[in-house]
Amino acid sequence: MNTISNYIKSLFLIELMKGLMLTGRYLFKRKITVQYPEEKTPMSPRFRGLHAQRRYANGEERCIACKLCEAVCPALAITIDMEEREDGSRRTTRYDIDLTKCIFCGFCEESCPVDAIVETRHYEYHGEVREDLYMTKEKLLAHGDKFEKQIAADRAADAKYR
Amino acid sequence: MVNIEIDGKKIHAREGSMVIEAADDAGINIPRFCYHKKLSIAANCRMCLVEVEKAAKPLPACATPVTDGMKVFTRSAKAVAAQKGVMEFLLINHPLDCPICDQGGECELQDVALTYGSDVSKYSESKRVLPSKDFGPLIGGDMTRCIHCTRCVRFGIEIAGVYELGTIGRGEHMEIGTFVQHSLSSELSGNIIDLCPVGALTSKPFRYVARAWELVQRDSVAPHDCVGSNIHVHVKGDRVVRVVPRENEEINETWLSDRDRFSYEGLNSADRVQVPMIKVEGEWQETDWETALHRAVDGLKQVGSDDIGALASPLSTLEELYLLQKLMREIGCGNIDHRLKQTDFSDQQEAPAFPWLGQAIGDLEGNDAVLLIGADLCKDQPIIGHRLRKAALSGGRISSVNPADFSYHFPRLASRVASNMLAELVAIAQALLDETGKAAPEEFATLSKAVEVTDAQKQIAESLLKGQSSSVLMGEAAINDAQFSAIRSIATLIAELSDSRPGYLPAGGNGAGAWQAGALPHRKAGGRPASVNGKNVAQMLQSEMKAYLLLNTEPEVDCADTDAARKAMQKAQFVVSLSPYASEAVMAYADVILPVSPFTETSGTFVNVEGRWQSFEGVVPPLGESRPAWKVLRVLGNLFNCDGFDFVESSEVLAEISTAAGDMGRDNSISWRCPASLGSASEYRAAADYAGDGIVRRAESLQAVAQSRV
Repeated sequence: MNTISNYIKSLFLIELMKGLMLTGRYLFKRKITVQYPEEKTPMSPRFRGLHAQRRYANGEERCIACKLCEAVCPALAITIDMEEREDGSRRTTRYDIDLTKCIFCGFCEESCPVDAIVETRHYEYHGEVREDLYMTKEKLLAHGDKFEKQIAADRAADAKYR
Repeated sequence: MVNIEIDGKKIHAREGSMVIEAADDAGINIPRFCYHKKLSIAANCRMCLVEVEKAAKPLPACATPVTDGMKVFTRSAKAVAAQKGVMEFLLINHPLDCPICDQGGECELQDVALTYGSDVSKYSESKRVLPSKDFGPLIGGDMTRCIHCTRCVRFGIEIAGVYELGTIGRGEHMEIGTFVQHSLSSELSGNIIDLCPVGALTSKPFRYVARAWELVQRDSVAPHDCVGSNIHVHVKGDRVVRVVPRENEEINETWLSDRDRFSYEGLNSADRVQVPMIKVEGEWQETDWETALHRAVDGLKQVGSDDIGALASPLSTLEELYLLQKLMREIGCGNIDHRLKQTDFSDQQEAPAFPWLGQAIGDLEGNDAVLLIGADLCKDQPIIGHRLRKAALSGGRISSVNPADFSYHFPRLASRVASNMLAELVAIAQALLDETGKAAPEEFATLSKAVEVTDAQKQIAESLLKGQSSSVLMGEAAINDAQFSAIRSIATLIAELSDSRPGYLPAGGNGAGAWQAGALPHRKAGGRPASVNGKNVAQMLQSEMKAYLLLNTEPEVDCADTDAARKAMQKAQFVVSLSPYASEAVMAYADVILPVSPFTETSGTFVNVEGRWQSFEGVVPPLGESRPAWKVLRVLGNLFNCDGFDFVESSEVLAEISTAAGDMGRDNSISWRCPASLGSASEYRAAADYAGDGIVRRAESLQAVAQSRV
C-alpha cells in the first residue's frame, strides 16, 4: 500500500508542487526586507550592542571594580585589575573586554550593581586589527560619554521591568 | 556520652558539650556568627537559635548543653522563623556594600543571608554609619560592617592575651574599637581577620587585590619560625597574594603569626633578582645560567678549597642545606654553617643531635612549670607563646630569665631580667641543689660560691620541682648569647635536677633541619662527625676567607657580628650569592648572583622544632629565570665533577637525607661540663622587629609595623 502511494506521489511531483505553492504565496505577500544601511529595523531599549562604561553626573566613573561581570562572563572576555585609589575608593586600573571573545549575552550588564557596564544600541563598528576589537577602559568610557543620553533613556525605558 | 537527636539523626554527644558542637561533629549545619570553637561562648548573635523539644522558646545551640534524650530541630518552622528573624535584624544596619567589600565572596554573613535572608528589606529608616578605624598597617577596620559578634574582642582577651579591642556603648550605639586609637600590638593580631565573619576587619595589604573566587589555594609551610605553622597560600595568576592558616591541631591550631601571614609581600618585592648576574670588571651584567654557573665554579676553583666559606640561612629547605654541605664536603671544604646569629660555639662537639623542643608542640600546654631562658616568645615564636599561655592560664607556673625585659602575654611566676643570665641560672641550680639535697656535680661549688640565692630563684626552683610535667626552654637570646655553652650546661643541669625536659627554640624555619642535614662545620648529615672540622660562622668571618658561597643569606644583616661580616664580604676575592634577592650591599661585594627561589617557588622540606618533617610543593612557578636552589646546587655539583649529584626530583634528595638522618635520636641531654667562670655581664642588643630574614625584611606592611613600634 505504502509503495503505491509513494509511487503516485513521485509520479505527479506532488511534493515539488507543495514547495512551489509556498514560494508562490510569498511572491505576492508584502515584503519586509530592509534596505540596510539606508533603512534600519526598529530596536528595543534592551538591544545588546557594543559595550560602554558609564559615569555619574559629576563625572565620576561608576565602576567600583567589584568583578562580578568578570566572574559571570561565560566567554571569559572581561579582564579587570583593581587598586585602592588615592582617595581610598575601589577602582579599576584595567577594564578590558575582548570583543572577539564576547558573545553579547548581556550578563555583565545584568550583574553590575551600579549600572556601570552597559551594552548599547551601537552595533556598527569594525576593527581592522585585533586591537581595534579590544575594548579598554578608556575606549569604554569614551563610548559611554558619547552615547550617555541614549543609554540613560534606554535604562529609563526599561526600568520598570528590571 | 549522652544520646541526643538532631533533626531526627541519633547522635552520641560528649557530656557537657553544646548542641552546636554535637551538630558540627555530625555534619549538621547550624548558622552562627559569634560561636567559634576556639573561643569562649558569647551567645550574643542569636543566629544559631534552634527548636528544642519541650522548650518554650528557641534556644541558642552554642550555649545549650546537651542533655540525655534531647530532641533538637534545626530546620523546623519555629527554628527557621527564629533564624530568619535574627538575620533580618542583623541586616538592618549592615551596609549593602558587598561589591566593594574585600570579604565579598567569602563572607559568612553573605552565605547565611543567602539561605536565611529576605530579598527585600522592610527597614526604611536610616542606617547606622561609623567612621573607619585605623588599627595599624595590617588590619583595616570598616566598622560600619560590624555585626558585633565580639569574636575579635574575645580573641584579644583569650588567645592573644592583649586586651586591645573592646566594646563601647549598647544597642545601636555599640562599637568595637581600641578605646584610645592605636595600632594592634599583638603578634597574632592577623587572626582577627580570619575570625571576623563580615568585612569589618580585613587585611590591609590584601585590600582590593583580588576576589576570593579568583584565588587558587595551595598548601605550604611557614618558614619564619621553628614552629613550622601550616599555611594555605592564595595565588592569583603566578603571584602569591595572601597567606592564611591551615588548620593543624598539633602545630598551629587555627592560628598564624603575623610574620608568617604577611611576609608574603617580600616575595613580590622589587629586590627580587630574575636573571643570573655576573660582575665583569666591576660592572654587573645579566647573563644566562650556563655562563653564570661556570663563572661561579671557575671563581671558586681559583681559591683553595680551604679558603671557601659557605653560609646558609636556616630559612633554606632541608634539601638545599643538605646539597650545600654535600657539595662543600665533596670539594674538600668543611667550612659550612647556618648558625648565623650564634656567637659561642665552644661546646658544639657535645651538642645534642639537633635543637629539639624536648616534647611535641601540643604537649607544651600540659606543662605545669616552665623556665624560659632568653626566650622572647611574643616576637620569635608567637605560636609557642600561645601554647605556653594556655599552660599558664590552666595553672602552669612559668618563669623567665631574660637578658632584657621581654614582654609576655601571660602571667609569670617570676620574671628575672639579668644582664648575666648565667649567674642567674647558677643561682637557680644552687637553689635546686639546696632543695633536693642532691650532690652538686664536680666543680659546680666553685661556680656557685660567687652567687647568692634569693627568694625569687628559690621560687623558680620550687616550681620546677613541684611540677609533674616541667620544661626548661632556651630561646634565641640564650642560643645567641656569648656564653651559650655555659648557659646550656647549667640549663641542662637545672632540667636534670628538677626532672624537667630541656628544650631549644632555634631561629629560622629549618633550624632543626639544618642540624639534621649537616649544615655545620663539625657534623655531617645525620649528626655523624665530619672528617675535617671546618670553621664556624664566627671563624669564617674573622679569618676573612678568600671566597664565600652564600645561600639565602645577606651576612651583613643576618650574622651576629654584622661589621665583621660586611668587612669579610668586601675583602673576599670571590663571593657567590644564591639568593632570591640582591640588595645594594650584595651587589657591592658579590661577584656572581644566582637567583634562587624562595619557599613558595620550590619543593622542599622544613623540620620544625619538634623534629617533624613537613614537605611542601612549590605553589607558584619560579619568578623570571630564577630556579629552585636545590637544582642550582645539583648543577654546581655536576660542574665540580662530584659524584652523587644526579638528582632529578627533590624527593630523591629527600630520600637520601632520610636515609642519613631519618633516625636521629631526640635527646637533649649532654654530659656535664662545668663552665670555667660566671663570665661577665654583656649588653643585650635586641634585634629590630621583623628583621629576621630576607623575606620578612622586604615585607612592606610588616616593616611599617616595626617602624611604628620604634
